[in-house]
Amino acid sequence: MTRPRKQIILGAYLGGVNHQTVWSDPAAGSQIEFASFQHAAQTAERGKFDFFFLAEGLALRERLGQIFDQDVIGRPDNITVLTALAAVTSHLGLIATVNATFNEPYELARQLATVDHLSGGRAGWNIVTSSDAFTGGNFRRGGFLKREDRYTRAEEFLAVARRLWDSWSADDVLADTGSGQFLRRPDAGEFAFSGKQFDISGRFTVPRSPQGHPVILQAGVSAEGREFAAGGGPDAIFSPFHTLAEAQPFYRDIQERSARHGRPAGSTKVLPGAAFVLGDSEADAVERHREIALAQISGRGAQILLETVWNRDLSGYDPDGPLPDVDPDPTGPLVIQGRARIHQDALDTVSKWRALAASNGFSLRQLAVHVFGHTEFVGTPTQVADRLDAFVQNDGSDGFIIGSHLTPTGLDEFVDKVVPLLQERGSLRTDYDGTTLRDNLGIPAYTDRSSLTAA
Amino acid sequence: MTQLHVAVALDGAGWHPAAWRSPAARPHDLFTAAYWTDLLAEAQRGLLDFVTIDDSFTIQSADHFAADSRTDQVRGRLDAALIAARIAPGSAHIGIIPAVSTTHTEPFHTSKNIATLDYISTGRAGVQVRVGGLGGEAALFGRRPSPPALSFETLATPEVERFIAERFDEAADYIEVVRRLWDSWEDGAEIRDRATDRFVDRDKLHRIDFEGRWFSVRGPSITPRPPQGQPVVTVLAHSTVPYRLAARQADVVFVTPHDPAGAAAILAEVRQEAAGAALQVYADLVVFLGADAASASARKEHLDELDGAELFSDARILAGTAEALADHIEELHQLGYDGVRLRPGVLPYDLTAVTDQLVPLLRRRGLFRDRYPATTLRGQLGLDRPTSRYQSISVGTDA
Ligand SMILES: Cc1cc2nc3c(=O)[nH]c(=O)nc-3n(C[C@H](O)[C@H](O)[C@H](O)COP(=O)(O)O)c2cc1C
Repeated sequence: MTRPRKQIILGAYLGGVNHQTVWSDPAAGSQIEFASFQHAAQTAERGKFDFFFLAEGLALRERLGQIFDQDVIGRPDNITVLTALAAVTSHLGLIATVNATFNEPYELARQLATVDHLSGGRAGWNIVTSSDAFTGGNFRRGGFLKREDRYTRAEEFLAVARRLWDSWSADDVLADTGSGQFLRRPDAGEFAFSGKQFDISGRFTVPRSPQGHPVILQAGVSAEGREFAAGGGPDAIFSPFHTLAEAQPFYRDIQERSARHGRPAGSTKVLPGAAFVLGDSEADAVERHREIALAQISGRGAQILLETVWNRDLSGYDPDGPLPDVDPDPTGPLVIQGRARIHQDALDTVSKWRALAASNGFSLRQLAVHVFGHTEFVGTPTQVADRLDAFVQNDGSDGFIIGSHLTPTGLDEFVDKVVPLLQERGSLRTDYDGTTLRDNLGIPAYTDRSSLTAA
Repeated sequence: MTQLHVAVALDGAGWHPAAWRSPAARPHDLFTAAYWTDLLAEAQRGLLDFVTIDDSFTIQSADHFAADSRTDQVRGRLDAALIAARIAPGSAHIGIIPAVSTTHTEPFHTSKNIATLDYISTGRAGVQVRVGGLGGEAALFGRRPSPPALSFETLATPEVERFIAERFDEAADYIEVVRRLWDSWEDGAEIRDRATDRFVDRDKLHRIDFEGRWFSVRGPSITPRPPQGQPVVTVLAHSTVPYRLAARQADVVFVTPHDPAGAAAILAEVRQEAAGAALQVYADLVVFLGADAASASARKEHLDELDGAELFSDARILAGTAEALADHIEELHQLGYDGVRLRPGVLPYDLTAVTDQLVPLLRRRGLFRDRYPATTLRGQLGLDRPTSRYQSISVGTDA
């Protein structure tokens, strides 16, 4: 029995504020001018991508109390820039990463519903939960949440947002000049929510938007994060797993959790971030990749990347020498502030890296390039298309959020060379067949599952 | 005499609560991008200085202090700052100023939102700061205790006066934080210096370390200094407390004189509060235009009748010819007003009347320009682009 070919979901990710984005390349453009966002989004739409995606960080990172100066920094407000992109695109979904800790549901639900109206149903929200005290220093709320409370808040936040989005029915605005009735009912928008995190009530101001509920993504892969994604209502999870060996078990785990919550198969899409390097031949691509990785990770950059795990000042260690012989200091005061922590077990990570360095003869910088400069898809356009397709067809994921080392033109060659090959294979649409982000992703309108099971 | 500035205030179907029922209105389009895009294009066709876009977290109500249950008026609105973002890319010269509330929102978010709007519009962004906190707003957020019960009777009690004064003090702190964050990246902080492997010169990035009674904010912003350096800050003000806020923190204040004597008195008070600071003063006017005085009045009266009440407004209401409106504006300008902000009674009708009829009249009288003189809103308003307040600090650190 062969099952039908899965359609690859593609998101485009414009370079963020990390080492992956190479600013030293003469072709590197502005990371903040609107023209850069417009170019990347229009390129993605030319390639019939499902959506455009922006990450978020709410404090400039610091190292030993000083602002990071070697990486690209300086980003816009996500929702604002995505709303503007609605003016220069017509089908592309617009997904904003927005933190659930440093925002309030009434305001954010209102913003997301507004984007959905102003884009004709193309809004999405990637819920992130980072909640450190360092970032809290920029907010009147101040403070931060304990790790174990982050998903409690995120889950309740989403429940409140859904209640607000449901506070207007699709037919509440009559605007009937004949009868003089603007509203169908006097209490449109009325809501009340009382929970552990939020106790709010009143009338929501935004009439029901084209999608009803924007598409919801979630980034975070701890057990709580997976459970939230599978059961709490997100439509997709942004995953950090790039090799089939790691990605398949994660994919299965999400599907199993999702099934346990009574959701139909395929309800929670799994989307890893992915980067690519193309070449005319495989050797050419590998060489290009090597150059890019070295541009991404200078000697100084390598020390800093390892500091994120060691949590020690490593500036005294020669980048071309061996790995630092000291042990990491996971409980000491943070050397690097304001970065989402993905490597959780520092001691374990360092011992794996030591083994890797020993068996390959890697210097400090070579190890950093190997670990952090890794690009998943390196090859000729045909090879890259083959591998992307195989990854999805073998249930490593449902698609990818594609980024490039070059802002804003990095995606151009992917759209010119790889997209047509994926289309030829029948794994990617040749044109949009709907107008909303839900249409693009094939996600049905949101229905309240708690009421379904209760019925 | 100084250049006359003409702005329009956009809100829903217009400033009359029955505006949506006019045959000239577009009541089915109020929540669409096309509606707002068209309004902005019309205002730009008239070479107007800027539009403001009104906003409030609470739903519209005929009752000033609580939600009502009327179904015959427009209810519902989109987030104004995002409407601004959506319409900015399609325009080229006109300033765009959304309203933003200061009571329940984060100054850090507002600062980057408006900075981003400034990037999107390449230097045409502003913000109209609104002090919130009345009516049911606190319950929408559930973060702060509800304010004292408000009504016209309790407005003058010491408790309510203290509450309002505190909210305005908080707003002053809020704008201070927003402005410091705009300055927290000096111009030229981004250096992309390959020789030293540095993307930014971190000596040009500054913590703002604001500590006040209501909040503390560290900074710097995550968004680089916006194209205008400081987007234009505006405030609508009806009495001494808000005049003081405008004088301390705003570039433009909208006031609501109802007659010539009042206009002179308000201007004098605002100028005194400003104590020589460069604050531009605009008079707000609600306008219904017609070919003759009678037809303009009839338009307004018809809407009053539909609504079941005579239009009540904080601002003066003018129903008449473009000629009469031009006379009135000229008079205000002679008194020393820098400009007017017109609130069209019905959209797009009264906006189109402003661009088609009023603007040519003002121009004939030598009061209004025939082209956009600058590419940024600050330039438009004759305001310099200020250097970052932190610039001297980094220059002086060697000493
Ligand atoms: C692929 C991926 C992307 C993420 N992107 C962001 C981001 O843009 N902004 C942010 O604040 N946190 C981001 N995070 C952090 C998560 O929201 C979360 O705080 C972190 O992964 C820890 O949660 P966990 O313990 O469930 O993994 C990201 C996490 C993952 C796995």
